[in-house]
Order: sequence, then C-alpha cells, then structure tokens
Amino acid sequence: MSRTLFTAGPHWRKSVLKFLLPVAVIITWEVLAIILDNPFILPSIGSVLEVLIHPFVDILGNGSLFGNAIISLGRVIVGFLVAALLAIPLGIGMGRSETIYEFFDSFLQLLRPIPPLAWVPLALAWFKIGLVSMVFIIGMGAFFPILLNTLDGVKGVKKTWIEAAEILGARERQILSYVILPGAAPTIWTGMRVGFGIAWMCVVAAEMMPGTNSGIGYLIISSYNWGQVNVIIAGIIVIGIIGIAVDYLFKLVARRSFKWRELER
Amino acid sequence: MTLIIEHLTKQFAKNGQETVDSLGDINVRIQDGEFICILGPSGCGKTTLLRIVAGLESPTSGKILMDETVIDRPNPKLGMIFQDYSLYPWRTVNENIVFGLELRGIPKEDMAGVAQKYLELAGLSGFGNSYPYELSGGMRQRVAVVRALAVDPSVLLMDEPFGALDAQTRNRLQHDLLEIWDKTKKTILFVTHSVDEAVFLADRIVVLTPRPGHVCEIIPVELERPRDRTSVEFAKVRRYVLDLINQPKCSFS
Repeated sequence: MSRTLFTAGPHWRKSVLKFLLPVAVIITWEVLAIILDNPFILPSIGSVLEVLIHPFVDILGNGSLFGNAIISLGRVIVGFLVAALLAIPLGIGMGRSETIYEFFDSFLQLLRPIPPLAWVPLALAWFKIGLVSMVFIIGMGAFFPILLNTLDGVKGVKKTWIEAAEILGARERQILSYVILPGAAPTIWTGMRVGFGIAWMCVVAAEMMPGTNSGIGYLIISSYNWGQVNVIIAGIIVIGIIGIAVDYLFKLVARRSFKWRELER
Repeated sequence: MTLIIEHLTKQFAKNGQETVDSLGDINVRIQDGEFICILGPSGCGKTTLLRIVAGLESPTSGKILMDETVIDRPNPKLGMIFQDYSLYPWRTVNENIVFGLELRGIPKEDMAGVAQKYLELAGLSGFGNSYPYELSGGMRQRVAVVRALAVDPSVLLMDEPFGALDAQTRNRLQHDLLEIWDKTKKTILFVTHSVDEAVFLADRIVVLTPRPGHVCEIIPVELERPRDRTSVEFAKVRRYVLDLINQPKCSFS
C-alpha cells in the first residue's frame, strides 16, 4: 500500500508534498506573530529576514551575522582537524593490531557515552575560556564518530585485497597506504561527515559558555539578553544553512571520489 | 624451478581445544612449466593447500620447497589469483596491472609499457583506463591474471578462479589461460572442483579425498592440446576421473 503511495503518484505531487509542511509552518508563524503581536516572543518573518539580508551589518556591537559565523566555522575546523588527526591514525592502528585495540578499547568505551557538553565545566577548569576549551569540546564531539567509522572501515577492507598485495610483495607500510587507506576511505569519510555535524552542534553550545564574546552561539545568547528574538531566529537559520551546506560538500566529495563503492556491490 | 609439497598436514583449532584435520600428509612434486590441477570436493582443504603454498598460511607440519627455498611467507616468485578477483576498485585496469611494479618502486614511464603489454595479453586493449566495476566478471578475472603475471612470478596459484563465471565465459577463459600459459611458460597450480575443467587444463590432476584431504591419486592427462571436450578420448579421461572420485579409496580416508 505504502509502495503505491510513493511510486504511483504523479511527479508534481511529490514536489508539492515536499513543500507543504515548510509553507504551512511559515504561514502559521506569520499568523501567530500577528495575533501575538509581541516581537519578544515571536517576531514577524519580515523582521527575521531583515537581519538575514544584512549579514554584514553589526548587531548591537557584537559583530555581524557573517563575521560571527566565520569565527564559529574557524573554531569548528580547528577542533575537527585535531579530532581527525587523532582519531584516524588511532582507528587504523586499532583496526590493524589486536594489541592496540585491546589497549585502547575499554578506556574509549568508557568515554564514548559522555555527551561532549558534559566536558564544558572541566574544559573551563583546565583551559579557561578561549580557543583551547572550545577545541577540546568540539574535538570530543567529532572524535568518536571518526574513530568508530575508521575502525569499521579498516575492518571492512576485503581480506583478499590485503592478501593480493602481500603476494605482490607489499610491506606493512605499503599495505597501509595502498590498500587499507583507500579501501577504508569511504567509511572514514562518512565518519568525518558525521563528526563534522556533531562538531558544528558543539561549537554553538560551546560559544554559549560564560565569558565567550564571539561566534554565532554567542550572538544568539547575547541577543536573548537583549530581547532580540528575530536575531536569535536568524542565527538559528544560519546555523542550519551552514550545517546543510557542509554536509552537502562532504556528500559531493564522496560521490565524486568513492564512486567505486556503490558500483562495486 | 621445481615446487615440492612435502609431508604437508594442516589442523585447525575448533572451539578452543578440539582440532580438526584439514589436510593429511600431502606429497606432490611439480615440474617446471607444468600445469597441475588440484581436484577435490568442497571442504577437502584444497584452498587451504593452495594458501599454504602461497605462504599465506602456515602448515601444521611438512613444508613447501621452491627449488631449495622453504616457502613460509608470500614470495614474489609465487603469484596468486583469487576467485573473487580482488582487484582494487579505486584503481583503473592499468593501475591494477602495474600495482606489483609500483610496490617495487619502478618508475612510472617504465610501467606504461608493461601495462600495455599485459593489457594486450589479457585481450583487453582499450580498457586500460576503465575501472573494474565497468567490466564483466570474465574481464575482471583476466585483469587479475595479468596483474599477477606483471611481476613475473615462476608459479601461478589459482584458487577456483573461474568458479563464479557462467559456463561460456568459463570455457573461454580456460582456453585463453592455456594460451597465456603457452606464451609465458609459467608453472600453474590450479584448484578446482570441476572434473571437466581439470581434464581440459591439466598435465596432471591431483585428486584429493574429502576432509581430511589426502592425495588419492595423481592422474596424468596425456591428451593433445588443444583438447576437444566433445572427443571420445576426452570423455574417457573424464569418466576415469569421475569413477575414481566415487570409489571408496577416494571418497573416504
């Protein structure tokens, strides 16, 4: 039954369905905003758009939407790269060596269920307010998805790929660079994509830490203090757009570089 | 170059303490340039035997000798072809062919000529820049064969290489393999469970018993090449082998 619902309908019906809910939300929002008539609770769409179409204008001395977004993006990239540089080699080591796996596994299992934001107070105590604290929290968020996917990818490399290389005379280092890395790359990339998504969520939260004075998270929280709900919503929309855009970039690269993976099966 | 399999046995550990005999006392002496088929039912350990010869697994006792060298790890003189082709899907056909040379640090410009030569030997001219997923199963296996040949091994070990192919492609590849064998003068050790395949290809057929695999009989096949699968002589050899594997001495050990 559900099959016919998805396949039999004319093409335009699918496109209409897709936009139905967003349009409904927007209409409801605008109607509610008019009824409530209180910009401190629900500003009109127009006032949010007003903020969005002027991304370079300074907001209450806190910098512009664009500038703060770039600052946040920069922090995420640093934290994400640190996490990737630690997680990928560790994942490869754990995937290739039983000893390394046993050494790290139980400790990492212990850390894994801790939400990245639970580290905030500790990060503040250890590193004070600043980039290091944020990188620490962001890194904690990105680390595990990258590690687990790398491990998965390495374990998933076909045994005969490795054996074929051994037969052709490859040494362990060559097996790593010629077989394991390219063979696991699609899965590692997926881990990086997921990791970046979590890192992006973490940076916004980290920027709401007391004492921070820049970044999109800070812009939102300080706009709350000033009662600028339209800026809050505009900030949230920007966070969403950047998140989608980065995710899309990751997918695009995967589709171009790892075509073999889909076609191989 | 002679390849000697000497008193080879293999046991596997099964749930901790118990062991299962996989191979029991295999002795075979293979001459230079010979085409040997190892024929046996599923689970008789013929793949294990081949993997031990390749140096991918170690025997429980006995040894593999190539001339005077004991084989206990992969050796570039022994090439191997797997049933699942095991080509690298992220590499083009050419890049797959020269993979072994690349590992050896041979300069790029020297590799191009080699790739071309083996591409032609595989009958795949024009497919050098294709990816494995763009090729049929038969074509992929041809690439795998010349990838193994490109590093110039003395022996080719083939583990049911045509097992996943349809009958027509399979016959074609058997034919082409003999041609390549004739041109390159390699020694070939070819594992199969198909009597027809063994009789078509082999100089000698090593018939293994079910697990634990013993050598039941070594049958020389003295038919002229190219062999005609429909000829009376072919049918005779075929019947002899089929009778043999049904006899108690080859069905039980």
